[in-house]
Parts: sequence; structure tokens; C-alpha cells
Amino acid sequence: MTSNFPERSLTRSPMSQRTLFNTVMTVVAFTCGVLALLPLLAVLSYVIIKGFSSLNLAVFVELPPKALQKGGGFGNAILGTLVMVGIAALISIPFGVLGAIYITEFSSARVARWVRFAANVLSGVPSIIAGVFAYGIVVLTLVKLNLGSYSALGGGFALAILMLPIILRTTDEALQLVSQDLRQASVGLGATNFQTVSQVVLPAALPAIVTGATLAIARASGETAPLLFTALFSNFWPDSLFQPTASLAVLVYKYAISPFKNWQSLAWAASLILVLMVLITSIIARWATRKKA
Amino acid sequence: MTTNSQNLSSAMKNRSGAEKSLDQGFIWLTKIFAFGVAGTLLWIGSQVAIGSWPAIQKFGAGFLVNTTWNPVNDSYGVLPQIYGTLLSSFIGLLIAVPIGVGTAIVLSEDFLPAKVKLVLVFAVELLAAIPSVVYGVWGIFVLVPILTNLGKWLNGYFGWLPFFSTSPTGPGMLPAGVILAIMTLPIITALSRDALISVPPSLRQASIGLGATRWETILQVLIPAAFSGIVSAVMLGLGRAMGETMAVTMLIGNSNNISLSLLAPANTISSLLANQFSEASGLQVAALMYAALVLFFLTLVVNILAELIVMRVKRI
Repeated sequence: MTSNFPERSLTRSPMSQRTLFNTVMTVVAFTCGVLALLPLLAVLSYVIIKGFSSLNLAVFVELPPKALQKGGGFGNAILGTLVMVGIAALISIPFGVLGAIYITEFSSARVARWVRFAANVLSGVPSIIAGVFAYGIVVLTLVKLNLGSYSALGGGFALAILMLPIILRTTDEALQLVSQDLRQASVGLGATNFQTVSQVVLPAALPAIVTGATLAIARASGETAPLLFTALFSNFWPDSLFQPTASLAVLVYKYAISPFKNWQSLAWAASLILVLMVLITSIIARWATRKKA
Repeated sequence: MTTNSQNLSSAMKNRSGAEKSLDQGFIWLTKIFAFGVAGTLLWIGSQVAIGSWPAIQKFGAGFLVNTTWNPVNDSYGVLPQIYGTLLSSFIGLLIAVPIGVGTAIVLSEDFLPAKVKLVLVFAVELLAAIPSVVYGVWGIFVLVPILTNLGKWLNGYFGWLPFFSTSPTGPGMLPAGVILAIMTLPIITALSRDALISVPPSLRQASIGLGATRWETILQVLIPAAFSGIVSAVMLGLGRAMGETMAVTMLIGNSNNISLSLLAPANTISSLLANQFSEASGLQVAALMYAALVLFFLTLVVNILAELIVMRVKRI
């Protein structure tokens, strides 16, 4: 077959200006990719190397040492973090899940759009503003009632504000993925709205909701700013929800900027625990959702 | 989903009263919580406004242009902090936007095998999940020494430029900007990638079919098509950068001055709050609340704009 096209007209010369530009841009883009991953590797390797060298059993069960004193740990900060994240989860999970049920199951499309919009904007509110808000709502109220001031309660409330939009959005997405057939089948069998939601829709979406809640909890346990003036810090074991409470994140901040070597090494150990907590939950969540899909 | 509930209401006519009221109660309960989530935003705004009322009465709009912050004689203004917030975010975005968009292109095109891409996308997500305070610790011990050396060199050779006119003392505007770049990068990358992926494949095929090279397609077809998505990614990154507290507080030096030099220490609104709130009393608390209100307003505007752009993109 004869062809009217000149030979090789469809291949580009490797030295043409357009091909060169193409190659240069590819190199530039890959350089960007490497630059983006560099900090991740740098932060992770530094935290792991520095953190592991100061990690031991005492770190988990003992109280913080005095400056320049050897040993000690941050058992009280771990307990405090668990308590405050627990309070936050108790407030935000029911709140967020029920709110999400309304916008996916019962509301009009317009209301749903507005609530989603508000939740997205709420998730962009700086965490320090959540702290100022919790200070006004909880700390000042406790002072007025003479029950205390800076406390685990205030810290938990501030963290709940930060978790709320995440819980709402992940539950919202999980519920939207539940097949419409399931709802119709349930209604067809004569179930009420309440029965359909609680016995058919929620169980179907539960794994995704749990994953979302776990990620939100992991994220909240690393938050520092809102705890600085709601929970403050303490060198002792927490014995009441109405007293200043230590947390891992605030301990990292306080000890990292201190001039004492022993406090700095505790800060690295605490950073390692925070990072591991976030990494492990993210990896498990990713793995669990991929298995499902 | 609305039709769903309408069908239900007709079926409910022959139910017992208790069942009906349980059902109605449940719907009302979820409704209250849904509106509660939206209402939280208003609650935060009004609460912070109430807390700052004494300072608003005393200083008015002059608070925004006054440059002193002096708790001893109760004279307050947040111009240096507003300047620091905006400049540090700007430096952060200046570094993060090109790198983030470049990374998004690598992760959305078929440069790499799908499995490698999946791992890299996950790695970028992890970058977003590392707590802010850990970035701060890393910044103090690793980033600041590196940038101080770089700053000394810049000051030595380019000291005649106003940006490098002071000798670096360690913490300052530059380290804060770099850490903000690292922290906003994952958001910009992830959202830009989403925008690039959702460009219809027919556009790409048409462009390649007309004989365009890969990069001609990317720059002249894909990026214009995904432009509003990328802009909203940058806006959300900006909102995040302006509100970021811990890492910046640990790296910016917390000095309430306005300096053109990037090597000099500065301050941001969120760092001011983090440093002073727990030890403040009286009018200082109100002044800090006023500063918080300014920050709340600034981030609210940026976030709402970003959301509106996203909404418009989704409707098209």
C-alpha cells in the first residue's frame, strides 16, 4: 500500500523544541514530587531515631521528672490525653452521627447542602479559636460556678468542636453509600423510620463510620493549641475532671522549648508516640476500607 | 432521599400512637443535632464577639492599625500580628503552591505505575496527619539550624535587599513560612489532584489526538479545566496556614514588630493567643478575644470563598 505521508511524519524528533519542553517539564514535576516527600521522610526519620532512643517502660508509667533529674516519664499525660479525647468522642460522635442521619435520611436537599456547607466551614475554623471558644464556654462558667477553672472538661469540649465536622462528614459519606434498595426493602416490610435507620442503614454503614471516628480521634489527640488554655498542664496524675490536666501534645510543646536536655528527650519520646498513634490508625483505616471495597 | 420519607409518612397512618411519636421524636432529635452542627459556627462567632466586647468598645477599629501590644498600660493593637499572619501564610503558599501542583500533576497523570502512585498518595496524606506540634519540635531542632546558616549567607551577600537586611537569630519569619509550606502542601496536593482527576478523559484524548505533547495537554487543557478546583485548594491551604498555631509559635520568634526582613522574628495572631491567653487577665483577655475575632473573621472569609468555588465546580 502506498502512502502519501512522508516517512516518520508521526514520530516527533527527539531534538524538536516541543519534545525538549516536554522532557524538561517532566523533570521539573518529578523534582516537585521529591521535594514534597522530602519533609515527610525527614520528619519521620528524625522523630523515630530521636524518639526510640529515649523510649523505655518508665516513660509510660511514671510522672514527669524535675528539670535536670534523670528518669521519669509522662504517664499522667497519656492518661490525660485519653480522658480528654474520650470526653470529646462522647460529645462529638453522637452529635455528628445523628446530625448526619438527618441530612441523609430526612432533610430536603437544600437543608442538607447548607448543613454540609456549615460543617465544611467549621472544619476550617482554626483550632486555637476552638480553644478561645471553649475557654469562654467552659472555663469561665466553671469559674462562675466555683467548680474550678482550667480542666479536662474544657479541653474535651474544645477537642469535640474540632472532631464534630469530621465525624459529620465521614458519617454523611458512609450513609450516602448505603444502597437505596436496603431502605426500600426495610420500609416495604413495614418498618418505621426509626427502625429502618437503627436496624438497617446504620449497621450497613457502621464500618465506615467507625473508621472515620477513629481517624478523628487520632487527629484530635495530636491537637495542642486548644488545650493550652482550656486544660493547661499538670505534673500530677489527673484525679478530677475539674482540674488542670496534662496531655501528650502540650507536654511535647512545653518540654521541647525548655532548655533542659532530659525534658527535650521526653518531648521526642512523646512526639514518637503521637506520630505512631496517627500513622498506625491511618494505615489500619486505609487497610480496612480497602478490604471492604 | 426526600421522596423516601414522603412514602413513609403515608405508610405510617395505621400505626400505633407510641410508634408514631417515637418516629417523629427520632426525626426531630436528628434535626436538632443537624442544625446544632451548623449553629456551632454562629455560637463560636457570637461567643468570641461577646468576650471581646470590652476591647471593641475601648479600641474600636483602631485596634486593627495600632502597633503596640502592652499589657502594662493596657494599650493594644494587632497590626504586627495581622501582618505576620498574612506574610507567613503568603511565604508558605509561595513555596507550597508550585510544588504542590507539580506533585498533583505527577500523581494524577500516568507517569508512574498505579501501585507506586497509590503509595505516594498515601504518603502525602500522612504528611497531613502528623500533629502540628511535632512539626514544631522538628523545626526547632532541624529546620532552624539549617535556615539560620542559609540566612547568614543571604544576609552576607544580599544584605542590601530589605528582605535579608537583618542577621538571623534563629527563629523568624523564614522558618515559619517554610514550616507552613510543608504543612499546607498535602492539602494543596490532594485537592488539586482531585480536581485534575475529575477532568473528563475525552478532553485529554482529544488534545493528544490533535498531536499535542503530554505537557502541552497538561498546561493548555487539563490545568485550565481544573483551574477553579486548584484555586479552591489554594484557598483552603491559605485558611489552614492563617490558623496554624503550634508549629508557627515555636518557629516565628514571637516578637511584636513589623520588619520587612524575612530573617527577623515576628508574630501571628494565633501565636499571640497561644503565648498570652493562659496568663492574661482583665482587659488583656478581651483584647486577645478581639484578636481571635479578627482571625476568625479572616479564616471564615477565606474558607467560605473556597467552599463557594467548590460548590460552583460541583454544579457544573
